[in-house]
Amino acid sequence: MTARRRIHASDLLFRMGTGAFALVLIAIVAGIAAVLWHESLLSIRTFGLKFWQTSRWDPVAGDFGAVPFIWGTLYSSILALLISTPVAIGIAVFLAELCPGWLRTPLVFLTELLASIPSIVYGLWGIFVLVPHVRQFQLGLPDWIRDLPLFSGPPVGVNMLSAGLILAIMIVPYSSSVAREVLKTVPTAQREAAYALGSTRWEATRVALHYARVGIVGAIMLGFGRALGETMAVTMVIGNSPQAKWSLFEPQYTMAAVIANEFREAVEQLHLDALVEIGLVLFTITLMVNVASRVLIWNMTRERRARTAPIGAVPAEESAV
Amino acid sequence: MISRNTRRQLVSHAMSALCVAAVIIALVPVGLILSFVVAKGIGSINLAFFTQMPKPVGETGGGMANAVFGSLVICGLGALFAVPVGVLSGVYIAEFKGTRFAFLARFAADTLNGVPSIVVGVFIYTIAVMPVHQFTALAGGLALGVMMIPVITRTTEELLRLVPQSLTEGALALGATRGRAIFSVVLPAALPGIITGIVLALARIAGETAPLLFTSFNNRFWSTSLTHEMASLTVQIYTYAIAPYDEWHRQAWAGALVLVTLVLICSILARIATRRLGRLQRGA
Repeated sequence: MTARRRIHASDLLFRMGTGAFALVLIAIVAGIAAVLWHESLLSIRTFGLKFWQTSRWDPVAGDFGAVPFIWGTLYSSILALLISTPVAIGIAVFLAELCPGWLRTPLVFLTELLASIPSIVYGLWGIFVLVPHVRQFQLGLPDWIRDLPLFSGPPVGVNMLSAGLILAIMIVPYSSSVAREVLKTVPTAQREAAYALGSTRWEATRVALHYARVGIVGAIMLGFGRALGETMAVTMVIGNSPQAKWSLFEPQYTMAAVIANEFREAVEQLHLDALVEIGLVLFTITLMVNVASRVLIWNMTRERRARTAPIGAVPAEESAV
Repeated sequence: MISRNTRRQLVSHAMSALCVAAVIIALVPVGLILSFVVAKGIGSINLAFFTQMPKPVGETGGGMANAVFGSLVICGLGALFAVPVGVLSGVYIAEFKGTRFAFLARFAADTLNGVPSIVVGVFIYTIAVMPVHQFTALAGGLALGVMMIPVITRTTEELLRLVPQSLTEGALALGATRGRAIFSVVLPAALPGIITGIVLALARIAGETAPLLFTSFNNRFWSTSLTHEMASLTVQIYTYAIAPYDEWHRQAWAGALVLVTLVLICSILARIATRRLGRLQRGA
């Protein structure tokens, strides 16, 4: 009886002990939300919704409107998505459907190499290599194009296009590796059926893509979440000018960049709180995008796991996310 | 007039070609970035880079000894914070999966993984820098630790799940308690993989800049104090990159080369280890 109780006690200790660390994990996430909320109260109370409707950012006058930053963050991330999505899907299809076996491992390694290059190195390359090229490209455009609203702006090189390009390069490996995992979960029977009906390779691939579409949208959204929160590389190439413009060649600003640049120098409490409020919103947006993308990927892989997963196999979602 | 079938074949080949083009488009930046970092950095890498302090503006030479040392210290602190929390929370999630608390912890790990690094910086600034009115190396380590935790948690969880159930059952049948079975049998079996995961997480955070900007800040001088600001390779590269001096740009490229080399070595080692493990697990 006593021996039995001792076993129970130690099991309980094990559960509580490891549970405490799981609690730390939960507490960190809850703590981030609570701290950001608490530290931005002054700004929330002072400006209310006006904060998200005005575009004047004047720390000296104590006047803060966040429109240029949220605009810049969304614009640069969507631009990056437009550039990177076809490339990411192309890579995923190539690696999952077309690639000869001997080439797959080195290629996967190389694309994942992109993901492991630090953001600051992208930024450095951006400033000294990409930005001058973007400037050359802009100067090389004929005048009538440079008069169009989408392409007007000073020939400085640090602008929305540079930011979009560097973000696109950075998120390709994330989207493509998850998209590849998702494609791998498409049952072979789907493709075999397509081939049996006389499909060409591309037609069979389209069947697979169609089957995996939900998960692929999830993979792309995961990349989008990365782009939204990316700080250093964007800060270094976007020009840091608080204005919401359509033009690709205008220097602009993002939420993460303004925090990186001004947080340390902010002396007024209101300025500091306004920056933290931007952080709070950035946190909320990335949280929503990430949760949505994970639900999509999970939905996709769960179906397949129930149907075809061999015992002991790593579920694709686990190894990909 | 092309027949319908020929057209379908042509479309098929064209799409395959587009996919190949996508791979090439993605690989060109890797090649460009790496070749630039090597080309620009190699000329400035010498012993002085690792042994000397930064020189003031206008003087040539000097190095980043303090920043290299600072990066090692801050990353080490990060690992110190993150490894226990990451591994043990991973054990909990794997062992008690199906419970609501484990689901919540796993959700927290995924959420934390997606939190922008700059937001982590603001969070740590508020809880660890503001109360003491001092940028500290400890705060920097804490920030990097927070970024590392979710990676280690998820790696541990996945690897524990790969350990055959029969091992646990064997230990339990011999009369081990659940905790004993995990710590003496299951965890050691998964350990090589977990260490690989930790190395990968280290490689990832070694390149982080944003969380350090207002936690460990930067320091022009040699400092070993954990309670003062400390230089790091990444913040130093950033400071140099946005300054208008050619000599500093040169140093920034050298710093980038050191950083990329470190990260690449870690990734390659981890990859080799993973492959070995995979072969072991398949029973070869």
